[in-house]
Amino acid sequence: MFEPVLTRNIHRPDSEKIITYLANGGYEAVRLALTKSPQEIIDMVKRSGLRGRGGAGFPAGVKWSFMPKDPNVPKIVAVNTDEGEPGTFKDRELVERDPHQIIEGVIIASYAVGANRAYVYIRGEFFLGVKRWIKAIADAYEHGFLGKNILNSGFDLDMSVHRGAGAYICGEETAMLESLEGKPGNPRLKPPYPAQKGLFGLPTLVHNIETLACIPHIVLRGAEWFAGIGTEESKGPKIYSVSGHVKKPGNYELPLGTTIREIIYEHAGGVRDGHQLKAVIPGGASTPVITPEYLDTPMGFETLPRVGSQLGTGAMIVMDDTTCMVEVARRLTKFFAHESCGRCVPCRLGSHRLYEILDRIEHGKGRVQDLQLIDELTDGIDGKTFCPMGGALVNPARSTLFHFREEYEFHIKNKRCMV
Amino acid sequence: MEIKSTTKDTHHQMVRDPQKQAMLLAALYIAQEQFGWLSDEALQRVADRLDLPIGKVKATASFYTMFKLEPQGKYRIQVCEGLSCYLAGGAEPIIDYVKKKLNLQPGETSADGKFTLEVVECLAACGSAPVLKINDELYEHLTFEDIDRLIEKLEEEA
Repeated sequence: MFEPVLTRNIHRPDSEKIITYLANGGYEAVRLALTKSPQEIIDMVKRSGLRGRGGAGFPAGVKWSFMPKDPNVPKIVAVNTDEGEPGTFKDRELVERDPHQIIEGVIIASYAVGANRAYVYIRGEFFLGVKRWIKAIADAYEHGFLGKNILNSGFDLDMSVHRGAGAYICGEETAMLESLEGKPGNPRLKPPYPAQKGLFGLPTLVHNIETLACIPHIVLRGAEWFAGIGTEESKGPKIYSVSGHVKKPGNYELPLGTTIREIIYEHAGGVRDGHQLKAVIPGGASTPVITPEYLDTPMGFETLPRVGSQLGTGAMIVMDDTTCMVEVARRLTKFFAHESCGRCVPCRLGSHRLYEILDRIEHGKGRVQDLQLIDELTDGIDGKTFCPMGGALVNPARSTLFHFREEYEFHIKNKRCMV
Repeated sequence: MEIKSTTKDTHHQMVRDPQKQAMLLAALYIAQEQFGWLSDEALQRVADRLDLPIGKVKATASFYTMFKLEPQGKYRIQVCEGLSCYLAGGAEPIIDYVKKKLNLQPGETSADGKFTLEVVECLAACGSAPVLKINDELYEHLTFEDIDRLIEKLEEEA
């Protein structure tokens, strides 16, 4: 049985309070980290094999080493909690129930890269989370974990909370930086990367909160402990959000590399009685659908691409045999069409055209040539936009068409669902 | 991939830039809370206070769905139509139920200014689907009876 790491506190009463956090070993990692050199911490994070949990999976320690070393250059850490990927609800739990774990991670990361300012961007809808963070930050200041000369180390760090206002795209790191600057959340063209020119033009380290939640544990328990969990290229604990047609939906913290089968059947209670598993979206709405023959695939950065999908946020949407896959693609594509920021033409127009095609197929007005049109359209969007949203929005249509082409054909021919 | 360290002139931007625009989202929230929605007048006031051109204020306010450029009901009911809510029996059945109950289409506000119905996508509560939000409060594992109860309670309140 895997002992929870990141979620070990969230079921305690008053888990969001600093008193609870301190009573359970909280802020010990900051004390320890401040006795080491920044380079030692960066090396430790590199050795741990930690990769970003927001979707892209970039090695965290490598990202940290991209930050300029010049102490005269002001640097920033920006925390991304704009969780909006449909199917994902892990960050909300961490934000609301254990803010101090993240604050501790941010302090250590800031110390390692030499940043004296941290911005925490929280999704606008997470009102409770915003309220708790304001209190948590105030408490951290009061206890001397934030502000000037933290624990007499000579290291200063200021932190503040910023509330988003309802835009999925602000989960993309450069769009989030634009939003922090008070602008519409249009992603920036990269390079320059945030480590060169981020918030207000300053070098900025951007991380998802689940990534930062790992940091205190790596410092306290060691890089080797962390690297001992998971697979070859996917290390450490991971929170899997499971929703859809399972008996026990919820967040489950397990090692990276746990198989899809184990997560669905041993933890989430399996699919509803009397029904068969039909499809799984393994990593949130923007990752490709896979079918039951791939259930023994480990949930990892390197393993899911082998079966045509991605780890994404690790949010699993489970669908049984009552699900119409054309409807799944239609609904997800509608979401992406609504959330396109509008900057790049392939995404802005392509997402709406794609939705229209899926909508007419679902509603019995599909044409025989529509399937080829989907192929052409998705090819015209994927990889042709500033940010990864173009590549993401084509996945529902492309992957359902790949695995369930007969359902599309049935819909077009018979003008109704197959299920 | 090699990333060169930043040049000297970029980091002075932070010193030069008073970061007034960085306060814009927070200022818009404050104005919206005070006036209930962001009228042209409210936007102008924000622009004046932050010393920003009105165009910049409007560009930001209109980009984000949580900033309301039209009058809103006292209670904003937001029903999720995300995939996980749909799979859990939510989305359209719940939207239709609320539509009938309040006699409103999505995006509309009732004549008495009490309710606004909104259809939204994913409130990050997929594990407890179906869900809806009323103003800043989240309601999970919804049933039709829950909706009856919630709306009745709000109708009784002034």
